[in-house]
Amino acid sequence: MKIHLPNSAFLGNIDAFIRSFDPANPDALEVTFNEKWMSLHPLVLSMTASLGLLAKQNNSSIACRIPEATSKHYLDVMGLNKFLPLPGTTIVKHEPAGRFIPLTQITNSRQLTDFITEMVPLLHTTPEQAEPIKYVISELARNVLEHASSPTGAIVCAQFFAKSNRISIGVADIGVGIKNTIKMAHPVSDDISAIELALTPGVTGTTSRLGGTESNAGAGLFFIKSIAKVNRDFFVLYSGTGMYKLLKTPLGHKIKLNANPQLDKSTRKNDFPYWKGTSVGIDISLDSNEKFDKLLDLIRDVYRIDIRNKKKDKFKRARFI
Amino acid sequence: MKEIKILPKTGKFAEDKDAARNIRLSEIIPALEKEDIVILDFQGVDSATQSFIHALISDIIRKNGTDILERLIFKNCNSTVKKIISIVVDYMQDINENNQNK
Repeated sequence: MKIHLPNSAFLGNIDAFIRSFDPANPDALEVTFNEKWMSLHPLVLSMTASLGLLAKQNNSSIACRIPEATSKHYLDVMGLNKFLPLPGTTIVKHEPAGRFIPLTQITNSRQLTDFITEMVPLLHTTPEQAEPIKYVISELARNVLEHASSPTGAIVCAQFFAKSNRISIGVADIGVGIKNTIKMAHPVSDDISAIELALTPGVTGTTSRLGGTESNAGAGLFFIKSIAKVNRDFFVLYSGTGMYKLLKTPLGHKIKLNANPQLDKSTRKNDFPYWKGTSVGIDISLDSNEKFDKLLDLIRDVYRIDIRNKKKDKFKRARFI
Repeated sequence: MKEIKILPKTGKFAEDKDAARNIRLSEIIPALEKEDIVILDFQGVDSATQSFIHALISDIIRKNGTDILERLIFKNCNSTVKKIISIVVDYMQDINENNQNK
């Protein structure tokens, strides 16, 4: 396996990074870095850390070409040296003022709850800005714990980018991948079809029954895609050879949430190097005026399209006191 | 009438589905079997995930039908929590109706 961390990789140009990944020869992992400097989306770091864990688990050899001092410090701070042998680097304790969450491995529900409680405040957002961040991390990491059968759990990482005033989040695993989960309950021909089904509200790999089970509604990824859509941000879901990328909705264009992910402005391809598991990246702009409450109104509208056409008196409202 | 406080089991951000399942199985369902009215008190809960609310109430609606909402009351919910509960209640009713029509 070979992975190269370039000087710049964000969700807008992530395709080139992913295409450069070489999953062949799982007995050896080679990691190379841009020589000068790097500015990377947390998705890139989460994927790289996951490969490090996979290689260790398989007793594969790991070769890292050591980057220059500036980049080395960046990788130290983000905690990559906990997952890869980077000679000459030192494990640095997290600096709370940095507005980032270093690479963290989450393997159980208790860890996830503690992580959200302790780490998200380090991003120094307002409580209102923190809501979608907590939401995204919780739902993505729980998906891994419940569905991925990942031997290394979920690798989570987040960072604030001052220039674009956004928080970027990456979550990666080396589990069974979306296609293998979805196909337990739905017929799917390829990875991108499975990804699109997973993004469709009401579809879950735990049952073919519409609406899911007592534990799974099949709505989590739809909510997360919707958070990105409402904030006019990118969202990337990569699993197997498939990658779905929600593109930014330009300012001035009306936001409309779609249950069918194909109706969103997006790219959908099925010819990427095979990723064993699932990797998700999302940006959350802190400029956005769209509140989490407004997002929930839009999501409710999607679910209520059919209901509007039915007799209202048959439907009950939740009673709040 | 039985009142069940959510905050002590979840913290301010209610996202732990295992906790939701435990509350449903060990508190809500037994209470609904004994009492006329069961109140879920969300005092102090700032936010919740759809997955948490689904794990908390969807199976109760699926098994008992929508009439259970006359006896299952939600108290002290802020706007976010109210909206997430409403989304889950809406789609569960839709699903129930679809299943009845099959």
